[in-house]
Amino acid sequence: MIRINCPYCGERDHSEFSYGGDATINYPSLDASEKEWTEAIFFRKNIKGYQFETWHHSNGCRMWLVVERSTVTHEIKSVKPCHPNLQKVVENNK
Amino acid sequence: MKTRRLDNYGKINRDKILSFSWDKKNYKGFEGDTLASALLANKIGIVGRSFKYHRPRGIFSSGVEESGALVTIGSKDRRDPNVRATTQELYNGLEASGQNAFPNVNFDLAGINNYLGRFFAAGFYYKTFMGIPPLEWGKGTAIWMFFEKFIRKAAGMGSASGLPDPDTYEHAHDFCDLIVVGSGPAGVAAAIEAAEKKLDVILVEQDSLIGGNQLAENDFDNSQIKNQLENLGIKIMTRTTAFGLYDNCVVGLLERVTDHISAPNVKIPRQRFWTIRSKHIIVGAGAIERHIAFNNNDIPGVMTVNASKHYLNRYGVLTGKRIVIATNNDSVYETAHQLSEAGANVTVLDSRTNFEIETNKSFEIRKGYVPYNINGSKKINSLDISKSETINKSETINCDQVLLSGGWSPAVHLLSHRGVKPKWDYNNACFLPSDTKENITMVGSSRGLWNKNDCIASGIAGTTDALNRLGISKTNYFFPKPGGWKNSIQPLYEVKYKKTRSKSFVDYQHDVTTDDVRLAHREGFISVEHLKRYTTLGMANDQGKMGNIIGLSLMAELLNKEIPEVGTTVFRPPYTPVSIGALSGRNVGKHFRPLRVTPMHQWNIDHGAKMIEVGLYQRPWYYPKENETLSDSYIREASTVRKTVGICDVTSLGKIAIQGPDSTEFLNRIYSNGFSKLQVGKARYGIMLRDDGIVMDDGTSWRLAENEYFMTTSTGEAAKVMSWLEELLQTRWTDLNVNVTSVSEQWAGVSVAGPKSREVLNNCVDDSLVITNNNLPFMGVTSTFLKGNIPCRIARISFSGELAFEVYVKSDFANTMMDLLWKNAKKYNGCLYGLEALGALRIEKGHVTAAELDGRVTIDDAGLSRMASTKKSYIGSAMRKRGVLKNNDREILVGFFPANLKETFNAGTIVCEKNNIKGQGIGRITSVTFSPELGHWIGLGFVKGGLDKWKDTNLVGADPVRNKQMNLKVVSPHMIDPKGERMYA
Ligand SMILES: [Zn+2]
Repeated sequence: MIRINCPYCGERDHSEFSYGGDATINYPSLDASEKEWTEAIFFRKNIKGYQFETWHHSNGCRMWLVVERSTVTHEIKSVKPCHPNLQKVVENNK
Repeated sequence: MKTRRLDNYGKINRDKILSFSWDKKNYKGFEGDTLASALLANKIGIVGRSFKYHRPRGIFSSGVEESGALVTIGSKDRRDPNVRATTQELYNGLEASGQNAFPNVNFDLAGINNYLGRFFAAGFYYKTFMGIPPLEWGKGTAIWMFFEKFIRKAAGMGSASGLPDPDTYEHAHDFCDLIVVGSGPAGVAAAIEAAEKKLDVILVEQDSLIGGNQLAENDFDNSQIKNQLENLGIKIMTRTTAFGLYDNCVVGLLERVTDHISAPNVKIPRQRFWTIRSKHIIVGAGAIERHIAFNNNDIPGVMTVNASKHYLNRYGVLTGKRIVIATNNDSVYETAHQLSEAGANVTVLDSRTNFEIETNKSFEIRKGYVPYNINGSKKINSLDISKSETINKSETINCDQVLLSGGWSPAVHLLSHRGVKPKWDYNNACFLPSDTKENITMVGSSRGLWNKNDCIASGIAGTTDALNRLGISKTNYFFPKPGGWKNSIQPLYEVKYKKTRSKSFVDYQHDVTTDDVRLAHREGFISVEHLKRYTTLGMANDQGKMGNIIGLSLMAELLNKEIPEVGTTVFRPPYTPVSIGALSGRNVGKHFRPLRVTPMHQWNIDHGAKMIEVGLYQRPWYYPKENETLSDSYIREASTVRKTVGICDVTSLGKIAIQGPDSTEFLNRIYSNGFSKLQVGKARYGIMLRDDGIVMDDGTSWRLAENEYFMTTSTGEAAKVMSWLEELLQTRWTDLNVNVTSVSEQWAGVSVAGPKSREVLNNCVDDSLVITNNNLPFMGVTSTFLKGNIPCRIARISFSGELAFEVYVKSDFANTMMDLLWKNAKKYNGCLYGLEALGALRIEKGHVTAAELDGRVTIDDAGLSRMASTKKSYIGSAMRKRGVLKNNDREILVGFFPANLKETFNAGTIVCEKNNIKGQGIGRITSVTFSPELGHWIGLGFVKGGLDKWKDTNLVGADPVRNKQMNLKVVSPHMIDPKGERMYA
């Protein structure tokens, strides 16, 4: 069981969270072309090692998080809120 | 059998006599016995029949590695198959029986399989699938299907009761700093050291007693250790197996709470499934003694040496009279000594020629000798032995028991669960655990230590390692070197003996022989993972705890390689079997999944509702009057709505409060249709697309104030939409100042629909002026009060196509609202209506729901192109125009009538062209109902090309599942009142 250290709730089982997806995607603007959108939503790297991914604390505080997780060992290096303002709040409360 | 109970041996409680039955005959044992020890004490030697060949099998071990004594415990709904007799504690009234045999294990008709061995060799199942010569041109499957039921019956294990399990099981959770698996000398030393250093420790032991393999020693007493552990505050969990290690030091435990009790308190769960979240794991799981492969090495009376020691010293059972011990290592000599002291005539065959061992000469040692064939079938008559280097007959020894020790395999299983491959140790002829970066430390014999003092030292070192890794200390430590015998072990896995029809077993449980391994090699299955699957070596209950290494060594020899080059299979959880009951815990029956009810749930039931599950929700399905069937009822309800008025609980719809200065911009981005010009006091129907341009959900959003909206979603997609909105706001559009809050539970909703709906509401609201056509036009929204000063929100929204209102109150007022509305609806001969009538009404109108919006449908497919704004960009607007979604032959929403209006059809019907009724056809019917308005069956669905292409052509509805076929007419999905005149009334 992966344990994720939610910056708001503390360390919890991964079953409290829902997996989102690749956290490094820069989604294009809504009026961007079909090609840009195709690349943003269909093309993914198959990373061996640490990757940034989004998780939703859906059975907790409802925060979307960026989790830096190893796809090989499930080790988690860092967890922070996706929203920059929430990131700041967490930083300030450390 | 020459087994017998000795008066002055064992730690059983002779004051407490227990009676039990074996194959319907009654026997006696003592408190402290296992079923295996009690069977042996009663001279019962044959306890099972083997998997494929139905050879008689006895008790091989005294623990979890048992692969012969698999029995069925209990009867009727408490029948538990494939229980290891060696770990089943005896209780008064225990019922046990042999399995895989007819009529019984002593006389089994299927024993004939033993002589048909060549048909049951490795890969038998796969070959039968492929076909038996000369019929191997594709007919194999038919042959398999014919023989399958016979084979499955003959080959196998015990059978489950087939009845609901009457016992309860529980899921439990705990946290600790350190969990120690195994209470042998190493585990206990580790636990004590950790507790003294103030760690919070759990000690887990699968046996009923702590002590580990010390329980096989005649002078061992665990009471002092137990006191010490308890005084240190260590949580001791006996009868508990650590069956698996998971990420982040999470350990899965199975605690057998009542399996040893004759009449358990039904209020106590039978087993507990524990999830332990620890910071460090120390595994002192011990080691398992291996057997040796040679001809007939499975005859009842064959046992591991250590098991015999257990039976003697723990249970007071001497397992043989004339005992031959065959070995290649030092570990057997203490046992040999004790067995001879207890009265057995003991001979030790040691494959080694050059070694020194101190004995009191009470037994004979034959240096350089090995066993190669057992004579006997249901019991051992004699053993053929040979000089180890030549293997031809030199002598036959009369005996009734053969004890084997081919070396010891450290129990590295739990570490293997973490993907850590063990490394081969040539000196000790075994796999040793490798190091891992995770907080897991192996101690004791499970790291290849054979001496008690070394085990204790390793336990203390293990805890120091844990303290260091947890950052509590920085202390140097060292682990003793693996090994610890005076003379080194000499690898001995198989004694080869050429004789036709001889069987030399590698894996007892699945009847895998040395010949099977050779056959697999000849046929090219040389990787260990292939070998395992082709021969089934190492599968089933015991997971190859005894036989795996022998199989590997044979493959290594065949490939001319060393064992580490051949590799080892990966052990996966569970270490020992976990019952399905324990896995499901309390999540069975009506607790299988959460139940959601609306605040007027009881009100609905009190008013005659029959309920139906929609997702997790219980919703009113229909409200039958006396003797009405479902279809009588929904047709009456739907007609009543069209004629007068009906009331329907719609609380299960998702409800989201959207607030903040950028709310309008937010809605304008997520809905495909425009929201920027929606006025305060108006609602709008909207469609949300996914990023890829497919429809995600539909619903309405009500503008309550400048910066405040109330969104409804479909019942099924409510959670998904909420997560999606949060994702967008937290990850993509972090500059938008918007708050979203789920308020699904806070509001109770009801639809009041029908031409009389306004009149009903007039009587229910405080101020009837607020709902006049002028003040509340179609899609108008108002916040007002129901009579009794109940705040409410009313929107003029119609799903039925009639004049209709959705009314929402705080959940606490749900019943009051229902009473009020129902009292007034009755005055107009109104009705309560359920989901079935709601479905009929919306199908008549061509409104889509989850049946249509199934995650494959575009906005154009659903006939809702007018909902796709051309004046703005929104989620999915670029992708909905991509090529595949714009093909001409996409399936488009249409209505269906049966060509003969007297006919019926079902959802799921495949729509085909008349002369081409096959495959997936050209469309499908997704929803059907009897239309009270039209007086015949109607359907919604999709067809390639849509209405324009097929409006004048009859199509065929093929329903092969129900063996039905009918002619279809394609019509507009808006089957009644296409202009919506009623809604605007
Ligand atoms: Zn959280």
